[in-house]
Amino acid sequence: MTLETAPASINLTVNGVTYPVVADTSRNLLSVIRTEVGLTGTKEGCDDCECGACMVLLDGQPVNSCSYLAAQAEGKAITTIEGLGDGDALHPLQAKMLEAGGVQCGFCTPGMIMSAHALLERTPDPTEEEIRIGLSGNLCRCTGYAKILQAVGEAAVELR
Amino acid sequence: MSSPSFSIAQSLDEALTAMAAGARPVAGGTDLVVGARQGKAPLPGSLIAIDRLDELAAITPATDGTRIGAMVTHATLMTNPIVVEQYSALADAAALVGSPSTRNVGTLGGNVMNGSPAMDTGAPLVVLGATAELQTSAATRQVALADLWTGPGQTSAADDELCVALNLAARPANSGSAYVRLEYRRAMEIAVVGAAASVVLAEGGAVETVSVALTAVAPTILSVDVAGVLVGEQIDEATLKTVAETAAEAATPISDLRATDRYRRHTVGVMARRAVEAAARRARGERIAIPVNRALGIGAAQ
Repeated sequence: MTLETAPASINLTVNGVTYPVVADTSRNLLSVIRTEVGLTGTKEGCDDCECGACMVLLDGQPVNSCSYLAAQAEGKAITTIEGLGDGDALHPLQAKMLEAGGVQCGFCTPGMIMSAHALLERTPDPTEEEIRIGLSGNLCRCTGYAKILQAVGEAAVELR
Repeated sequence: MSSPSFSIAQSLDEALTAMAAGARPVAGGTDLVVGARQGKAPLPGSLIAIDRLDELAAITPATDGTRIGAMVTHATLMTNPIVVEQYSALADAAALVGSPSTRNVGTLGGNVMNGSPAMDTGAPLVVLGATAELQTSAATRQVALADLWTGPGQTSAADDELCVALNLAARPANSGSAYVRLEYRRAMEIAVVGAAASVVLAEGGAVETVSVALTAVAPTILSVDVAGVLVGEQIDEATLKTVAETAAEAATPISDLRATDRYRRHTVGVMARRAVEAAARRARGERIAIPVNRALGIGAAQ
């Protein structure tokens, strides 16, 4: 991959905190969140906009951060997996994923939870089909998805 | 190349001025940034982000139809009542693009100007009689889509022309449209082949006008003339069979990773007849949920 580079000052608002960073304008949001901001919950999977491991919320909507320019996210509210829980208390989606066994290797889990969170924000009582569509941009190679669907359904009940 | 630059346009004028100076536009980045990261084409040296231009993100009734701003996302297209009710094929297509994250940032203007022969919104726009509105800091022009797409990934737009809207013709009474595609999985998929149809029915159910366009079987979206087959006729097994044959004969597909040319030629005929059938059902007032692919079990199974 050969991208032109040019350093720029970018203010990124992640989980309510504004981080002034200096990064090349060709850099993707994922790498700046992980490296300059220092939050490593968001994962790099395929780096090709296919797997969803890098999912973050931009103004509440799930976006693949591997394929979104960091500079373009300036002024938008970015939410990562670190922004969901309250201190050491897990968010219900996180707790239900653990309880249901929706986590095996765990690499897809942050992205999966961010997509689920956006879904439940706008559809608090989703059908299984709506959960499937909501998670359709997130791949998991371990669980077979059944327990993830179960966890999201149970979290929805708790969050209502 | 001049030193790379990136800026976020605060107004359409600013975006057009930047493009006149050589900048390339970026909206959702789902083609541009992904393509650059895959090594298909380097990221342009100078980029102007246009995704915050609210004046390009509206769906507004016009005197002779509807104007859809280029920055309207697929997520909006698949749920907007005007699009769902009047331009159903476009909503069908938008609902099949990528995944929720792709649809949240991917835009209609981006899909059109990327010029892929496999674009899902292209065939619906053709059968719905859309024109692209291209603007520079000096002028605006309307371009028929047949004149816009010149080859795979190529358009006739000048470098300083920005697609600001798609203008869709008004829908007559007793009309319906639909888009279906063959796919191997239900998300993050590119059309193996696809077809859109728009049908207007006369009293008694005979076809008054019909348009069909095909996805991923030619260097650009391919319009197929089935008027001779269908106008004045009832939509039944015999006429649908002829639609399928006509579409398959018109196709000039390639073989690639997703399908052989022979398979594409056959299946695009199947998609064409199903699109006509679904469009006619909608024209008769039947409600078929968006997207038709899911409602009718076309494409990848559950």
